[in-house]
Amino acid sequence: MSVINASIVRKIAKLACIAVTEEEVTAMVPELNAILGWGEQLAAINTDGVEPLTSVIAQSQRLREDEVTVPDIRDALLANAPEAEHGFFTVPKVIE
Amino acid sequence: MLALLWKSVPDLPASRKNGGKMEKYILEGATGSWEIVVGLEVHAQVISKSKLFSGAATAFGAEPNSQVSLIDAAMPGMLPVVNRECIRQAVRTGIAIGAVINRVSKFDRKNYFYADLPQGYQISQLYHPIVGEGSLLIDVDGEEREIGIERIHVEQDAGKLMHDQHPTKSYIDLNRAGIALMEIVSKPDIRSPAEAGAYLRKLRAILRYVGSCDGNMEEGSMRADVNVSVRKAGEPFGTRCEIKNVNSVRFVQAAIEYEARRQIEVIEDGGKIIQETRLFDHDKGETRSLRSKEDAHDYRYFPDPDLLPLELPESFIDECRESLPELPDAKRQRYITHLNLTPYTASVITADHETAAWFEAMLEYFKEPDAKIATAAANWLTSELFGALKKLGRDITDSPVSPKQGAELIALVADGTLSGSLAKQVFEIMLETGQNPADIAEERGLKQTSDTGAIEEVINKILADNQDKVEQYRSGKDKLFGFFVGQTMRAMAGKANPAVVNELLKKLLAA
Repeated sequence: MSVINASIVRKIAKLACIAVTEEEVTAMVPELNAILGWGEQLAAINTDGVEPLTSVIAQSQRLREDEVTVPDIRDALLANAPEAEHGFFTVPKVIE
Repeated sequence: MLALLWKSVPDLPASRKNGGKMEKYILEGATGSWEIVVGLEVHAQVISKSKLFSGAATAFGAEPNSQVSLIDAAMPGMLPVVNRECIRQAVRTGIAIGAVINRVSKFDRKNYFYADLPQGYQISQLYHPIVGEGSLLIDVDGEEREIGIERIHVEQDAGKLMHDQHPTKSYIDLNRAGIALMEIVSKPDIRSPAEAGAYLRKLRAILRYVGSCDGNMEEGSMRADVNVSVRKAGEPFGTRCEIKNVNSVRFVQAAIEYEARRQIEVIEDGGKIIQETRLFDHDKGETRSLRSKEDAHDYRYFPDPDLLPLELPESFIDECRESLPELPDAKRQRYITHLNLTPYTASVITADHETAAWFEAMLEYFKEPDAKIATAAANWLTSELFGALKKLGRDITDSPVSPKQGAELIALVADGTLSGSLAKQVFEIMLETGQNPADIAEERGLKQTSDTGAIEEVINKILADNQDKVEQYRSGKDKLFGFFVGQTMRAMAGKANPAVVNELLKKLLAA
């Protein structure tokens, strides 16, 4: 079942902030359809009455205690930033 | 934000508690009467020491980026682990609004790109929130109404952007990124700006009683998105607009009124309301469109693969329930039925938990506070103390007078040591000096006297000095009684027990 067309590829690329050329769009249409088609094989299986599987090992969400365990690591974090000033990350001005 | 929920809610009569008795809020347009439909999405920052998914601290006002973990900064390979306390607070809040607590809830990713969101997605709960339907009771001009709550879900807060520090750059502080929020979504049951205000105040009171959020709108720990639409009476819901991030009760009310009038004008001019996000400019008192980018609302939610479903054991929910304090509605009812307070006074005292705690601390100094003591204490608290605090620009939490001192003052009036007017004088001195009322009364000789001998002596002198008035009184001029009371009180510097004065005057004038 072919559901992905060129305009959908352009839209999701834009939403994901990925620049794509027209050649890439053309190439991705069949690729994405193939991936979706592969996944869709699962739809052939009757899952009536089967609980959704959320984990392959039987376990539930672990909760941690409310404790401050992280020290101030600002310098290490900012060292990875493309730009930082006065203890802040900086980006080109974004105003709504 | 939750268009699907908004639409699915059945219409409700404007006033189901009072059989339509409450006066409706109606806006008159050129083509007839319009009613407004409002729903509120309140973001309430959860009180916890560490963040929702990381062990970074949450304290307000820390150095920028000093409370950021590798998870909050979205370093690759980091995995979120849920903070038990944040879940506990959401469940306690849910129980406090009588809501369904979902034994299983799930986390989803809401995807969008913005500089304050390092992950590129916010972890939220779209499909399976932790708290389902509940409600709260509001009071507008003495009329009670129930406002439905659709859900409460927990999610991460974003970082903070500063645009005014640099000409071409925005500064980012991620201290707030990852702090737990509860998003509390009302049903579109609100029909006037006053109801919206009452809803917010009530919700804030409950959050503070519960201790799950400090409710501080000025610091941004509670903020509201306001959904507004208009319709002719009896018609289906109109198209709504969402006004984002309004940060005071007053602004919420002003934004609703402005937005409703704007929508009526657009429709009556033959236009159509476009569903959009708007901003409230409180300087100009108007809302305006946030020109949002195309596709901005395509969040592509999907279940967060890093987080398993959250399953709550019954024991956890029971513990949450048992940890709740007495809530405002129950407390108010108890004050009315057991302490005999008027509904109005009971509402004023229970409106915030600090006042209620102060009042109860005061009552603790009485062995068995009867209705008379409780009423005296309540009236003194809401008139004398509130008035003094207002003058001093303080609130109940930094009152210069303690509950114990307040109780002593009430006790001195109750046992006849102080009259009402002497109590006022003593209270003035308490405010200035912080001294205990009994000491003040003792030191400054402000005690009321019930010494009949002394009072009788004074009265006899006054009667002797005012023979003419005594004659007039005895020949039927009853009004002169007040004159004799005034003269006696003045002669005794206000310290005579008024009841004794009345009694003695009656006796001596009759003689």
